[in-house]
Amino acid sequence: MTEIKMPKLGESVTEGTIEKWLVSPGDTIEEYDPICEVITDKVTAEVPSVFDGIIGEILVQEGETVEVGVPICTITTEGKSEEKANTKEDSDDAVPKSVPAENDTAEKPMVSRADKPKDARISPVVMRLAGEHDIDLNQVAGTGFNGRITKKDILKVIEDPSLAKEKAEKSSEPVERERSGALEESAHVTPGEEIPVTGVRAAIANKMVQSSTEIPHAWLMMEVDATNLVNTRNQLKNKFKETEGFNLTFFSFFIKAVAETLKEYPMLNSSWKGDKIVVNKDINISIAVASDDKLYVPVIKNADELTIKGIAKQVNELASLGREHRLTSAHMSGGTFTVNNTGAFGSVQSMGIINHPQAAILQVESIVKKPVIIDDMIAVRDMVNLCLSIDHRILDGLVAGQFLKTVKEKIEKISYEHTSVY
Amino acid sequence: MAKISYLQAIHNALDFEMGKDDDVFILGEDVGKKGGVFKVTDGLQEKYGEMRCLDTPLAESNIVGTGIGAAMMGKRPVAEIQFAEYILPATNQILSEAAKIRYRSNGDWNCPMVIRAPFGGGIHGALYHSQSIESIFASTPGLKVVIPSTPNDAKGLLISAIRDNDPVLYFEHKKAYRLLKEEVPEGDYTVPIGKADVKRSGEDITVITYGLCVNYALQAAERLSKDGHDVEILDLRTVYPLDKESIIVSAKKTGKVLLVTEDNLEGSIMSEVSAIIGENCLYDLDAPIMRLAGPDVPAMPYSPPMEDFFMVNPEKIEEKMLELIEH
Repeated sequence: MTEIKMPKLGESVTEGTIEKWLVSPGDTIEEYDPICEVITDKVTAEVPSVFDGIIGEILVQEGETVEVGVPICTITTEGKSEEKANTKEDSDDAVPKSVPAENDTAEKPMVSRADKPKDARISPVVMRLAGEHDIDLNQVAGTGFNGRITKKDILKVIEDPSLAKEKAEKSSEPVERERSGALEESAHVTPGEEIPVTGVRAAIANKMVQSSTEIPHAWLMMEVDATNLVNTRNQLKNKFKETEGFNLTFFSFFIKAVAETLKEYPMLNSSWKGDKIVVNKDINISIAVASDDKLYVPVIKNADELTIKGIAKQVNELASLGREHRLTSAHMSGGTFTVNNTGAFGSVQSMGIINHPQAAILQVESIVKKPVIIDDMIAVRDMVNLCLSIDHRILDGLVAGQFLKTVKEKIEKISYEHTSVY
Repeated sequence: MAKISYLQAIHNALDFEMGKDDDVFILGEDVGKKGGVFKVTDGLQEKYGEMRCLDTPLAESNIVGTGIGAAMMGKRPVAEIQFAEYILPATNQILSEAAKIRYRSNGDWNCPMVIRAPFGGGIHGALYHSQSIESIFASTPGLKVVIPSTPNDAKGLLISAIRDNDPVLYFEHKKAYRLLKEEVPEGDYTVPIGKADVKRSGEDITVITYGLCVNYALQAAERLSKDGHDVEILDLRTVYPLDKESIIVSAKKTGKVLLVTEDNLEGSIMSEVSAIIGENCLYDLDAPIMRLAGPDVPAMPYSPPMEDFFMVNPEKIEEKMLELIEH
C-alpha cells in the first residue's frame, strides 16, 4: 500500500483543494493516469498517479483543503504490497489494529468544527452537551450575550428537540436584522437549488473578500473620446485579421496605453506590503477572462515591451485557454496591474475590486456613440468611460487623476497615420 | 427563640462555652473591665472573674504567644485582637508556632486556641480598621480560618472553634455586629468547620462569597428574583481550608460563577476558589469565572465616596450578577 500526497503546485503554494476525484476505490490505474483535480489559488490541475496499481482508500474528500504533503489516497501497488507484508510484519500488524480504532472515534458523536457556528463563542459546557447529545449547534437558538448559546438554551433543545428546527425562522432573526435588512428578506424567500461553494468559486470568494476588506478603495472615472481609435481600428481590422489570423481588438489599444502610462506613473504599478510600498519593475497586465461560472485572471507579461499586435495576440491566446479551462498558475501569476474589459458585456460604468496585492484596477467600458459639444457645436462621437479603482493607502486622487488623464490623452491621440500596431 | 444580633451571638457563644468548660478563658486588649471596644465580651469578666477574662498589654505577639503556651498546657484560650490588622505583630506566633506545633512534635503537642478579630470595612474606619486580612493566613496548613456571615453561624462556628483541638482564626465582620439580626437557638449547637453552606438555592448563576458580602449578595439576589432570575448563593463560612466539594457541586450546577470578596482582588481567597473551579469544572462552565472584589490599592480610604468606591455593596453585586446572567 502506497500513499499519494498532495503535490506542491507552485512556488508559494502551501495547500490544495480536491476539486474532483477522477477515480474511485478499486479502480486500476497506470502511472501518469490522472487521479484527481486539485485547485490552488485559481488554477485547476490534474494530479497524475506516480504508480501502477489499484486505488485503495480516498483520504481527502472533494471540497476538502489539505496542506502540501498530506496523503490524499492510497494505492495498492502490485507485487510490492506482498513484499512489504513479508518484510515488515510488525507494521502490517499495526495497520488492522489502527483502522478499527479510527472507526471508533468516527462513530462517537463528537462535535466537529463544521458543526460549530462560525465566529461563535461556545462555552465548554455547551460544547460537551452538544457532543453528548449529538446536537448541531447551528440549529440552536442563542439567548445569551450577542446571541451566544447558553447552557440553558441547549438544555431546552435536549428536552424538546423540535425547538432546534424552529430556530431558523425565529431566533436568528433579531441578530440578523441588526446586521442587514437584506438578510432578513432572504429568510422569507422560498429556497431553490443549493450550490456548494467549492473550487474556483471559493477561491474567487476568498480573494474578493480579502481585497475588499483589506484595501481601502477609492474610485474615479473619466470620459474618453475614442472616435479616432474607432476609426483607426476600423481601417485596420480586416487586413489585420487576414494577415495575422486573429482579431485586432479595442482592448489591446487600451492595454498598450495603460502599459505605457504605468511607465510614467510607477506608483500605480506597486504593491502594499504593510510597512512598505514595493514599486514593481515589470509591467505585467492582468486581464479578466470569464468562462461559464469561472473567472480567471491571466497575465500579459512585460506588456510595455509589446506592440499592439503582440498584446492582441496574447489576449487572444489567454482568452481561448481560459475558455477551455487550460490556464495554469504560470499564466496567472505575477500580475502588477489589472485592466478589465467590462465593456465586453455592455457595461458603461463599474467599480472594480482591486486584484490583491495590486494597487489599482482599470475598467474599460463600452464604447458608445454620444452627442458631444466640441467648439460650441454638437458632434456625434464614440465615447468610452474609463473607471479606475485605487488602493488609497498607496495612491491619492491627484496621481490617480494624472495617470487616468494621460491614458485618456494617449487614446484620444491615436490615429491611422501615426499609430502603428506593429 | 429570641432575635439577636451577630455581636450578641458571639457573646452568647463565649458565655456558653465559658460556663460549660472551666478551661475556656479570654485574653486581649480591653476585653475585661471595658468589655471590649465593640462590647463583645461585655460582662464576662464580672461573671467569670479576672483570671478568665484577662486585660493584656498592647502587645499582640504577647497575647497570641501567651495563648499558645496556655493551649499547649491544656487550656482553651480565646484571644481577641482588637482590630484584625493589629494581628500582624503576632503572625510569627501564629504561622510558625501555633500552626506547626502538632506537626513539629509529631502529634505529642497541640494548640486548641481561638483567635478572634473584627475585620472588614464600610464603617468609616479607614486604614488599620477596615481591612480584610484572611488571605495572609489562608496558605498555612495547620490553621483553620472561619468567617461567619449570620448570627446563627457566628454562634455555632465559635463554639466549634473553641472545641476544636487546633488553632482556629475567627474573623467577625465589624459592620455585621449590629446590622445582622436573626433568631438564634439558645444553648448548645455547633456549625461544622470546613463546610460551606448554600444560603440560597438557585438555577441561573452561582455566587460564592463569605462574611458580610453574603448578606449583600442575598439582597441583590432578592431584587433580581423579581425579574425572574434565580441566583444560588454559597457561603464559604470556612475560607481555609476550603470546602472544595461544595464549591465544585455549586459551580457545576449553574455553570456560571461569580466570586465576591471585599478583600483586594489579587491573591484573595477568591483566587483559590477560582483555581478550584478552573481545575475541576471546565467542561461544566457556561461562562468565564467572574470576580468582584476591592481594588488593588493599599487600604480602605476614609473619605465616604472613596470608601464606597472600594467597598462591595448590594448594587455592585447586583450589576455583576446581571452581567453574568445575561452572558
